[in-house]
Amino acid sequence: MSGLVMPPSDAEVLARRDEIVAALRAIVPGEGVISDDAEMRVYETDGLTAYRQVPFVVVLPETVDQVARVLRYCHDNGVKVVPRGAGTSLSGGALPLADGVLMSMMKFNRVLDIDFDNRVAVVQPGVTNLGITRAVEHRGFYYAPDPSSQIACSIGGNVAENAGGVHCLKYGLTTNNVLGVELVTIEGEVVRIGGRHLDAEGYDLLGLVVGSEGMLGVVTEVTVRLLKQPDTARAILIGFPTNDDAGTCVADVIGAGIIPGGMEMMDRPAIHAAEDFVHAGYPLDVEALLIVELDGPKAEVDHLLERVGAIAKANNAAHIRVSETEAERLSFWAGRKAAFPAVGRISPDYMCMDGTIPRKALPHVLTRMQEMAASYGLGVANVFHAGDGNLHPLILYDANIPGDLDKAEDFGADILKLCVEVGGVLTGEHGVGVEKRDLMGEMFNGVDMDHQIRVKCAFDAKQLLNPGKVFPTLNSCAELGRMHVHKGQMPFPDIPRF
Amino acid sequence: MTDRFKPTDEKDVEALVAYALAEKTPLELWSGGSKRSIGRPPQTEYGVDLSALSGINDYDPAELVLTAKAATPLAEIETLLEENNQMLAFEPADLGPLLGEEAGKGTLAGLYGTNFAGSRRLQAGAVRDHALGIRAVSGRGEIFKSGGRVMKNVTGYDLTKGLSGSWGTLAVLTELTFKTLPKPETATTLVVHGLTPETAAIAMAAAMGSSSEVSGAAHLPADVAGGFGVDGLGAGATVMRLEGFGPSVEARAGMLAEVLRPFGLAERLDAPTTATLWRAISCARPFAADTSLPLWRISVAPTDGPAVAAAVKAQAPGAKAIFDWAGGLVWLMLPGGDPMVEAVRGAVAEAGGGHATLIRADAGTRAAVPVFQPQPAALANLARRLKDQFDPAGILNPGRMGR
Ligand SMILES: Cc1cc2nc3c(=O)[nH]c(=O)nc-3n(C[C@H](O)[C@H](O)[C@H](O)COP(=O)(O)OP(=O)(O)OC[C@H]3O[C@@H](n4cnc5c(N)ncnc54)[C@H](O)[C@@H]3O)c2cc1C
Repeated sequence: MSGLVMPPSDAEVLARRDEIVAALRAIVPGEGVISDDAEMRVYETDGLTAYRQVPFVVVLPETVDQVARVLRYCHDNGVKVVPRGAGTSLSGGALPLADGVLMSMMKFNRVLDIDFDNRVAVVQPGVTNLGITRAVEHRGFYYAPDPSSQIACSIGGNVAENAGGVHCLKYGLTTNNVLGVELVTIEGEVVRIGGRHLDAEGYDLLGLVVGSEGMLGVVTEVTVRLLKQPDTARAILIGFPTNDDAGTCVADVIGAGIIPGGMEMMDRPAIHAAEDFVHAGYPLDVEALLIVELDGPKAEVDHLLERVGAIAKANNAAHIRVSETEAERLSFWAGRKAAFPAVGRISPDYMCMDGTIPRKALPHVLTRMQEMAASYGLGVANVFHAGDGNLHPLILYDANIPGDLDKAEDFGADILKLCVEVGGVLTGEHGVGVEKRDLMGEMFNGVDMDHQIRVKCAFDAKQLLNPGKVFPTLNSCAELGRMHVHKGQMPFPDIPRF
Repeated sequence: MTDRFKPTDEKDVEALVAYALAEKTPLELWSGGSKRSIGRPPQTEYGVDLSALSGINDYDPAELVLTAKAATPLAEIETLLEENNQMLAFEPADLGPLLGEEAGKGTLAGLYGTNFAGSRRLQAGAVRDHALGIRAVSGRGEIFKSGGRVMKNVTGYDLTKGLSGSWGTLAVLTELTFKTLPKPETATTLVVHGLTPETAAIAMAAAMGSSSEVSGAAHLPADVAGGFGVDGLGAGATVMRLEGFGPSVEARAGMLAEVLRPFGLAERLDAPTTATLWRAISCARPFAADTSLPLWRISVAPTDGPAVAAAVKAQAPGAKAIFDWAGGLVWLMLPGGDPMVEAVRGAVAEAGGGHATLIRADAGTRAAVPVFQPQPAALANLARRLKDQFDPAGILNPGRMGR
């Protein structure tokens, strides 16, 4: 976007292109290396299409050994590497570099093992999120985290972004559903972290790798937890006259000890856009719409539907409809699931934001957002994972109007700053990437960020893996390594000693 | 150890680490001290008692979030949560008595630093899965924070997970934020009597693979079953817990009994008995009776648990085991003083991998054998580099995890 500054290209690497391409071809034969500009163009952007960069060269390894050799070569030759899954990142995590090898992991597309007794699946990183569920559903199992992009996005990308979805309120994010990974470091070392057992001992490197946005290593295998599909799932559609009422209802449901399988909210502009698009039967005379899905044994679902209905009524619900059939349940979701394309129909362009806030701040944030929209002269529609306070404001703009993109970006930044101001965070599930990189300072001071970068230094001291993402400035590991020890003062006066 | 410090706030901790850095003198850290005897015995000149960093800063039941100073006693937190009908869902276990300490000494930092969750881990996740944010002083003497107070957060690297289970070797924790959850309305336990560990593992796998949402699955062999404070388990018991809303628990109990029918008739325990039983299972209660015997805490794939125990028993017939986490968590107590390190770790490797931690052994043994599972070279290398980044001078609990 507008002012995005990426790490400067290495002139020496650029000059050695032919030699580097030849070396990569020696490791990954045949179609596995793409160096033609036109053919590389499909990789120039990911889900954040405002940024584009044709990669230096593209490799599509097929074996762990190839991954290791390519990475070791790049490490030894000071060549940057950008890992890529399906390229659906909404934060620009897979944005290529002009002097960086783009490593696509989509040929790693096999399910390696399904162990129903231990309820785990071992898969390659290029398997799609939905592909895992498809491989196990014949026995009534599924993989719980369900990003809306699940048909397309890869489990490797999910691990790198710590992806979430509607189900995560009850079943956790990617990080809570991954038991192990095989990772290849930039030095070409193959490391196995975790496995089929729980809570692998030693430092929680798994916890660090999940959500590390392709900057610590290339994931070549993932062990995920499988869950048994619930017997029943039913949804309840609730319309409210005010955002306040809807917000309180969400808090009351959770407060009553009910953790729904999903609890999604839409505001008026989103409701109208979705209804016009898919005719889901949403009420149009409400300010906020809540879809609450309850899953589990039939007895539980019936019981909780009643309780949620009562809570909704107590919060002035104007419309309540409970799904009576599977088709009706799916129709409730159809509008929510089509919200992005629906908004795409009413605006030439839109930008999807992803902050998280404490639930109680919801009404305030929605009101402030509408005020900001008015002052920027742009529209905003809101869909969000209400149960865990994860907002997805969709900012409407027109890239063909000069200055509109800049305005939209400024508006987006203001929304995220507001999220932090009310006690929330910049991103709930889409990652920092390049999109929110320069806002990191809103949440973290320099020392906080340096401690994160030190993790990077432990894995990739030369900072060759996906540089330019997450951190506004990547202080060199040598600089960060220096110790600033001041002559210590024996802290006698203040600290009691025995 | 010649000296003990007792910092009262984060600034004190910062000053103390700066001092230790300048003097190049390592520190041993503890909060409640209930798990001080786990790990390699420290060789430090100074001890740091962090227990004064205590107190709940902020608890917002509606947001399901609690922030407390790191050494806040768990008992204090659980009392407050109880008043609001909430809980830490990973089911904190009080391991003090296993180690010859009195009960109730555990702190929030101790839980986080060990990542030892109780029986509900199977369903609800580990300690680290419920940690939302931290404040800490690294071995560089710098105060830093990570995470936040909201449920969903992918802003920057997840140091909140990265520092969990690090046994005070990367940073001194000063404040922790945890997710809380409403307590289940009711609970019941189904008991099947007289199964072997092997059959029990199959029964538990069947239960876990059903939609009855089991929140605890354990096998208590006959030689330990009398030690859980619940009558009638004597012949060996395979127990499974269901929690939730009344009508749901009833429906699922019926469903689960069907699943278990091939393994025997399932008896039901009421909610209070269920509470007593699982508190005892989470902290391996029967093994607190004789704290002189070596005790292992082993994590493997659930179906591998019985084989690991059987392999060790073949060499040490008097060994006793408790199987939690559907068989994946094996508490294994040996009959004599020898911790049989080779036999135990060999059995784990043979079964397909996992880790074995020597939770209890005398100081001499702990100094001589690796208490924590040795890691393959590539992994150990990354771990060492992480330690070097956060604690380059090696002043925080040096050697405790073996490095
Ligand atoms: C329409 C739409 C809806 C979406 N809905 C959601 C949603 O509901 N929830 C959600 O969380 N996200 C959502 N996303 C965002 C996106 O789908 C996720 O972030 C997803 O996890 C990215 O996976 P990917 O395979 O496309 O990864 P990519 O976009 O290819 O890459 C993402 C990051 O992962 C790294 N990476 C990829 N593979 C590997 C690997 N094998 N090893 C190491 N690093 C790797 C890349 O370097 C990059 O940093 C949505 C996106 C779209 C377009």
